[in-house]
Amino acid sequence: MPANGKPRVAVFKLASCDGCQLQMLNLEDELLDLAGQMEICYFLEARSQVLDGPYDVALVEGSVTTEHDLERVRDIRRKSQTLVTLGACANTGGIQALRNMQDVDEYTRAIYANPAYIHALAQSTPIAAHVTVDFAINGCPISREQLLEVLTSLLIGRSPQLPAHSVCVECKRKGTVCVLVSKGIACLGPVTHAGCGAVCPGFGRGCFACYGPMESANADSLCQGLAARGVPRPEILRLLNGFTGWAEEFRSAAERLERATT
Amino acid sequence: MIATNETRTIRLESMTRVEGEGGLRIEIRDGRVQDVNFDIYEAPRFFEAFLRGRSLREVPDFTARICGICPAAHQMSAVQAIETALGIMPGQEIRALRRLLYCGEWIESHALHIYLLQAPDFFGMESALTLSKEQPELVKRGLELKKIGNEVMTIVGGRSVHPVSVCVGGFWKAPQRQELLKLRTRLEWALQASLDTVKFVSGLKLPAFAADYECVSLSHPREYAMNDGAIVSSAGLNIPVRDFDQVFLEEHVAHSTALHTVRAEHGSSYLVGPLARMNLNRSQLPPAARQAANECGIAWPCPNPYAGIVARAVELVMASEESLRLIDTYREPEPANVEYAIRAGEGCAATEAPRGLLYHRYRINDQGIVQSARIVPPTCQNCRRIEDDLRLMVHGILDRPDAEIVDACEKLVRNYDPCISCSTHAVRIQINHR
Ligand code: SF4
Ligand code: SF4
Repeated sequence: MPANGKPRVAVFKLASCDGCQLQMLNLEDELLDLAGQMEICYFLEARSQVLDGPYDVALVEGSVTTEHDLERVRDIRRKSQTLVTLGACANTGGIQALRNMQDVDEYTRAIYANPAYIHALAQSTPIAAHVTVDFAINGCPISREQLLEVLTSLLIGRSPQLPAHSVCVECKRKGTVCVLVSKGIACLGPVTHAGCGAVCPGFGRGCFACYGPMESANADSLCQGLAARGVPRPEILRLLNGFTGWAEEFRSAAERLERATT
Repeated sequence: MIATNETRTIRLESMTRVEGEGGLRIEIRDGRVQDVNFDIYEAPRFFEAFLRGRSLREVPDFTARICGICPAAHQMSAVQAIETALGIMPGQEIRALRRLLYCGEWIESHALHIYLLQAPDFFGMESALTLSKEQPELVKRGLELKKIGNEVMTIVGGRSVHPVSVCVGGFWKAPQRQELLKLRTRLEWALQASLDTVKFVSGLKLPAFAADYECVSLSHPREYAMNDGAIVSSAGLNIPVRDFDQVFLEEHVAHSTALHTVRAEHGSSYLVGPLARMNLNRSQLPPAARQAANECGIAWPCPNPYAGIVARAVELVMASEESLRLIDTYREPEPANVEYAIRAGEGCAATEAPRGLLYHRYRINDQGIVQSARIVPPTCQNCRRIEDDLRLMVHGILDRPDAEIVDACEKLVRNYDPCISCSTHAVRIQINHR
C-alpha cells in the first residue's frame, strides 16, 4: 500500500455473470465508507471515471475464455501490485468450464447461425492458469463478509484471514442437521471450502461445492462414501462436474470415478 | 465501400454503468446515419449447450449463473418451463412465495439501476459515489432500498445472489411466517422510500424523445404480471407463451455475441421492460402504486424511453406493496415442493424479469435429462430496439462533436438497463440452422 494517498483499486470482469462484483455493491452499509478510503480507479459497472494503472489492488471476476481475455489478464497483472480473484469463475473457470470437455466448435455451431463471428478459446480457464494470483476469494458468488475482510485487510496492510475448513464445520457450528447422514442426500460439504455459512444444508439440500474444493480435499473417499450410501454414479459424477468442476481436485476425482465405472 | 472520405465513425469501447461489458459504434456517411451497432463482445458462456445432458433438477441452479443481477428471474422461468414439461403445477402457496422472491429481486435490481446506475446522469456526475458527496441522503436511500430487496431474497432464497432454495416443484424449504414477519417493518420503510423515489424521479428533467414502440409484456387477468400470463403487445398481440417461437425470431449479427430478437412477421423491433409493462399493465397496479403512477406527471402510455426511470420507480412501489401483501397473506406451503414423476416432454415458460420478458424452453427425456434448452433474455429482445432508438436520436444531433454524441448515446442506452451478462450468456441452441 502506498504510505500516503489512498490505495488505487480496480475491478475487472472477464467471462462471468456479474454476481461477484455485485457483491461489492451489495455491501450497502460499507460501500460509501470503503469508497472513501480507497481510490476506485476502474469499475465499469459502478462508475464512468476510468483512471489508468498502476493499481495497488486489482479485483478480477470471471474466467479466461477468449484471446482478448488472455491479453487483458496479462495486462492487469502487469499493472497491479496485488491481484485478487473473485469467485468460482476466476478461480476454477466457473460453470462455463463445463464446456472444457466438449467440442467448442460444435457448441458455437449449435448456438450461432454464423459461427465465424464467434471467437472463443476451446477452454474456460482460471486466472491462475495464466498469471500469478495473490489472493483468491471463493464462492459462486463470493461472500460479502469475505470480500470485506480482504478489502479492509489490504487497506490496513495485513494478510486477509479466510477460513480453510469445510462446509461441514459450518453446519456443525450452526447446528444444522447433516443432510448426508440424516437423509442420505448427496453433499459435497466435506470437501468444500467454507464461507457460505452452509446455506444449502440449511435449506435441506446437499452442497454442490460452489465455493470450490478446500485444501487437501479427499474427494475420492467422499465419492466412495456417497456410493456406499446408494447415490448413483452418474449423480456423483454430475456433482463433481459442476460449479467448480474444473478444479484439479474435482476433475481428477471425476476422471478416476469414470475410469472405475468403465 | 464508397465515399470513405466522408465517413465518420464514432466509437465507444466500453460503456459504463451497465451490467456487463459492451460498446457502441456509429457510422455516419454523407451526413446520414448509416449504421448503428450496440456492440456486445463479451465472450459467450454457452449455457444452452452445456445444459444438454444435465439433470432437470440442476437447471434452476445452473441458469441462475447466467446473471448475478437477476438470478431469481432465470430460476422462475426455468422451473416453470420444466414443470410444464413434466405436467405438474405447484399450488397457490408456492406460486405466492415465488412471487415474493421475485419482488425482492425487482426491488434490488430497480433500486440499483435508479440510484447507482442512472441517477448520476441527471446530475452530470460520473457515478453514485461522486453523487453521494453532494446528495448523501439520496444515495443512501437507494442503497437501503437495494438492501431491503436483498433481505427479502435472503429470507426466501438463502442468499440474494444465486438463491439456493428454488427447485423444480417448489422450494427446498419454505420460510416460516415468523421469519417473513421480520421483513414487515423493513418493507413498510421501503414502500415509503419507493414513493419518495417516484417523487424524486418525477422531478428530473427527462430529455424529450418519442419512438413508435411496440411494447411487449406478459399480462395477467388479476395482477400486475410477473409469474405468468399471456404475451400481449401494444399492437394487439395476444398469444399464449407456447407460441413465442412463432411470433419472435432470433437473428445472429456480426457485431454481437447476443442474438437479436425481432418480430417474426415483419422483422421489426419491440420493447420489453418496465416502460413496456407500465404502458400495458398499469391498470393492474395495486392501489399505492396506481396512485403514484397517476400522480407522477407522466401521461401513460408513454413513448419516451427516458421515462423508463419513472416506470421503474412505480414498479418499486408495486414490488414493496406486493411484498407486504404476500407476507400478510402468507400460508406456508406444505409440502414445500410437490412430488413429480420424471417423464419425457417439452415445456416453456415466460416470466417478467426486472428488465422484461424472459423466456425459457426445455426438452427433457424420460430419464429427466435435458435434451435441448433455449433461453431468450430481455436484453436480447431490446437490442434491436436500442439500435433503432440510437439511430433516431443520433440523426437529430449529427452536428454535435463526437464526445457529445457518445455521451448522449450512452445515456439513452442506460434507459433500457441492458444486461449484457444475460444477453451473451444465454444464447440459443439450434442444431439445424438453414
Ligand atoms: S463465480 Fe458465480 S457469481 Fe461469481 S461471476 Fe462467476 S458465475 Fe457469477
Ligand atoms: S452449501 Fe455448498 S453449494 Fe451451497 S452455497 Fe455453500 S458452498 Fe455453495
